[in-house]
Amino acid sequence: MTATRERPTAPAPVQPRLGAVGTLRFAWRQLTSMRTALFLLLLLAVAAVPGSVLPQRGVNAGQVTTYLQQHPTSGPWVDRLGGFDVYSSVWFSAIYLLLFVSLVGCVLPRCRQHWGALRARPPRAPARLDRLPAHVAAEVDGDPERTLAAAQAALRRRGFRVDVRDGSISAERGQLRESGNLLFHLSLVVLLVAVAAGHLLGWRGDVIVPVGSSFSNAVPSYDSLDAGPWVDSERLPPFSLDVDSMTVRFEEQQTGSQLGAPREFRARVTSRDGPEAAPRTTSVSVNHPLELDGAKVFLLGNGYAPVITVRDGTGRVVYSQATPFVPQDGSYTSLGAVKAPGAEPEQLGLVGWFLPTAVIDDKGPHSVFPDLKNPALTLTAFAGDLNLSSSAAQSVFTLDTSKMRQLRTSNGDLVRLLIAPGETKELPDGKGSVTFERVERFAGLSIRHDPARGWALGAAVAAMLGLALSLFVPRRRVFVRVRAVQPRAAGDGPRTLVEVGGLSRGEDAGLEDEVARVLAAAGGPTAGRTSEERG
Amino acid sequence: MSVDETLAGYANLLLYGAMAAYTAAFLAFVLDLAGGTARAERQRTLAERRAVPVGAAAVPPGSGAAGDVSPGDVRSGDGTPPPRERRQAAAIGVSLTVLALLLHLAAVAARGWSVHRPPWGNMYEFATAGAAVVTLVFLAALRWRDLRYLGTFVVGPVLLTLGLAVVVLYTRASQLVPSLKSVWLAIHVSVAFVSSALFTLAFSVTVLYLVQARRERRRALGEPVRPAFTDALPAARELDRASYQLHAVAFPLWTFTLVAGAIWAENAWGRYWGWDPKEVWTFVIWVVYAGYLHARATRGWQGRKAAGLALVGYGCVLFNFLVVNIFFVGMHSYAGVG
Repeated sequence: MTATRERPTAPAPVQPRLGAVGTLRFAWRQLTSMRTALFLLLLLAVAAVPGSVLPQRGVNAGQVTTYLQQHPTSGPWVDRLGGFDVYSSVWFSAIYLLLFVSLVGCVLPRCRQHWGALRARPPRAPARLDRLPAHVAAEVDGDPERTLAAAQAALRRRGFRVDVRDGSISAERGQLRESGNLLFHLSLVVLLVAVAAGHLLGWRGDVIVPVGSSFSNAVPSYDSLDAGPWVDSERLPPFSLDVDSMTVRFEEQQTGSQLGAPREFRARVTSRDGPEAAPRTTSVSVNHPLELDGAKVFLLGNGYAPVITVRDGTGRVVYSQATPFVPQDGSYTSLGAVKAPGAEPEQLGLVGWFLPTAVIDDKGPHSVFPDLKNPALTLTAFAGDLNLSSSAAQSVFTLDTSKMRQLRTSNGDLVRLLIAPGETKELPDGKGSVTFERVERFAGLSIRHDPARGWALGAAVAAMLGLALSLFVPRRRVFVRVRAVQPRAAGDGPRTLVEVGGLSRGEDAGLEDEVARVLAAAGGPTAGRTSEERG
Repeated sequence: MSVDETLAGYANLLLYGAMAAYTAAFLAFVLDLAGGTARAERQRTLAERRAVPVGAAAVPPGSGAAGDVSPGDVRSGDGTPPPRERRQAAAIGVSLTVLALLLHLAAVAARGWSVHRPPWGNMYEFATAGAAVVTLVFLAALRWRDLRYLGTFVVGPVLLTLGLAVVVLYTRASQLVPSLKSVWLAIHVSVAFVSSALFTLAFSVTVLYLVQARRERRRALGEPVRPAFTDALPAARELDRASYQLHAVAFPLWTFTLVAGAIWAENAWGRYWGWDPKEVWTFVIWVVYAGYLHARATRGWQGRKAAGLALVGYGCVLFNFLVVNIFFVGMHSYAGVG
C-alpha cells in the first residue's frame, strides 16, 4: 500500500549459486514483493472480465446450454478452458490464491515490525533538521528548558508520542496509519476464509410453492438443492411453511417499457420452526426475507399455477392439481407440462403455454400483459409412455416425448387445445378430457443458509475501517531542538533558538502547518499565514 | 402511490434550464482557460522583473517563499508563484455553475417528489442525479483549493451526461420494481454517486497531469514548447498530488458502495456475492484502483504509469455505467432504456 517501501529484490550482478533453499527464498521474495502483488492484482482484474461477458453456470445454467448450442465448435473449447465457470476455474483460483499468499507473506513480517515500532522509542533527532522536508526556525524569548517543555506539551496535545533526549524532542504520530493498513489486508484474508466457509458449510435450495400448498424443509421437497460438501443434507432444520396467499401488482398506467413492470410481490405464509412448534403468520416479500431457524427464506420468483384436471378414457380423474408454469418473458408467457401416468389405456401427457393475457396472432399464442386479464391455456397432447421409470431425472416443466405420439384430430390435424378457465375440452379418440378449473399463483422461494456470512460482514467492515485509517491518518515525525543564544542587549531575558523539522510517510499536505504550529507553541511567530488551515 | 405527471413535467423544464446555465458556465470557463496563456505570459515577465536584485533580500529562502500569496493559491506551469490576478471569466463561470446546480437540484428533487421515492431508479435518473453530485463535489472542492482551472473539464462532461440522459436514456417518471424498494437504494446508490463524482474529478486532474508532465519533460529537455492553456495550470507535481488525494477519498467510498451492495444483495437475493455482471465490474473497478494506490508505492510505477492505471480505472467506471447497464443482462438490469 501507500506506506510500504518495496524490499530490494534485484539480485547482485555476480550471483552466487543459490542452492535449493536459496532458490526457494528467492522465489518467496519475488512472490511477496510489491511489484508481484501489483501484477497479480491487475491480472485478477483482467481475469474477472470474461465472467461478465460469457454466461456462467453458477449464475444461469440455461444460458450456458444455449451458448453451447449456438457455438458448436468454439463452445466446447470455451468450456474446457473454464469459460463458463470463470470464478471457480483453476486459473482464476490460482491468481487469487497467489495474490493472497503474496499478501500474507508481505503483511505478516510487517505486523512483526509494526509491533516492534509501536513499543520502540521514536528515533533520535537527525543532526541537521534543515534537511528534512519541512523545517522552520526562530529565536524566541525564554530559556531552552521552558521552550522545549512548551513544544513538548503542544506535541502531546496533538496526539504525538514524545521522547526527550539531550535537549531535543523526537515525536511521532500516526502509527494508526500502518495499523489500519495491516487491518485492511488481514481483513481481506478473513473475508476470503469466510467466503470459502460459506461454500463448504452453507446450502441453498429453490422450490416453487403454489398458493394453498405447503413446503417442509427436507431434500425431497426441493426442486433443486445445492449443499456444500460439509453439509449433512439429511439433517436440515425441520421447519415448514404454507403459502396462504400472494399479492402481485404490475404497472398498468404507464406506456412503453414500464408497462407491465412489476410493482409489488408479497406472499403471506404460515411457518413452523418444527413439526410441534406453534405456527406463525408472516409475510415474505422482495427485500424482506423471512428468517427461520438459521435459514433465510427469500421470495425470488412468482408465476401462475393453473389448476388442471385430467380424466382418462374411462372418465376417471387421473390428475388434478395446481400445476406451476414457468414464466418465459416479462408478460409471463409461461411454459409447463402435465403428466398423468395413471391414465388408461395409455399414459397421457400435456405440454404447452399458460397465458395470463392471451393474444393469438401471427406470432402464435402469447401473452401481452403479466396480470390475469384474459387467462388461457394452449396445450398439445401426447399419449404413450411418459418414460418416468427411466433413471434420468426429468424436468417437471417438460415432457419426454421420445416414447409418445402426439394426438391428432379425426381429420389429421395436430390437437391444440385452447382452454379458458372453467372450460373442459375433450381429447380425440375417446382418450379423455382436460378441465381448466381456475388459476392460482405460485411463490418461487429460495431458502439459504450461510453460517459464515456474519464473519464476511465483520471482515468487510473491518477492512473499510482499516482502509480509512490507512489513507487518512497522517503519519508524521517531528523533531525539535533548542539552543541558548545571546540576548540582544544586556539586561534582556534569555533567548533561545528553536528549530523544528518534520517528515511524513506518503503524501501529506498538512506537514508544514504542523511544524509551524509547534514553533508557534514554543513561542515562535504565531504566523497568521503559516498556521492558516488548508482544510 | 401514483405518479404526479405535472410535477414530472416541471422537473424536465428545470433540467433544460440547468442545461442552459451549464452551457453558459462552460463558455465562461473556456474563456478563462483561453485567457490563461496570456496570463501565464504576463506573470512570467512579472516574475523576471521581480527577480532583479532590488527586492531579492526581502524574502529569505525557506521561510515560505510565497510570502504574499495565500495558501490556496496555485503555482503556474513553470513553478513560479503568481501574484493574485482577478479572473473575471472564471468567477462568472463559478456563479453560473452555482445557478445551474440549483436548477439541476430542483429538477432532481421534483422528479423524486413526483414519484415519491429517491430519484435514481433507472439510468436516466441515475445520470441526472449523478451529474448533480459531480457539480456539487466540484463546487465543494473549490472551498478546499482553487480548482477553477478544472471548470471546463467538469462542466463539459456534466453537460454531455445531461445531453445523453435527455436524448438517449430518457425514461418517463414511474414507480420502482419491488427489488429496488429498500433503504439500501438511498445508501448504496448515493455513495456510488459521490464516489463516481470524485473519480470523475480525479480523472480530469489526471489527464491534465499527464499533459502538464509531458510539457515539463519537453521543456526540461530544451525542446520548444508552444504556449498553451496548460501554462495557466498548476505544475505537474501539484496536479499529481491533487489527483492522488481525490482518488484516496473516492476509493474508500467505492469500497463502501461495494460492501453496501453486498449487504443489499444478501437481503434481496439471498447471497452477498454472485458474480452478476454489474458485481463483476464493480469488483474490477475496485481492483484497478487498488492497483493504482499500490502502484504509487511501487518503484518504477510512480508518475505516468500509475496515472495510466487511474485512466484505465475510469474507463472501467464508464464501461460499467454505459455498457454493462444496457447490454449485459443481469440482476442489476434496471436501465429502463427503450
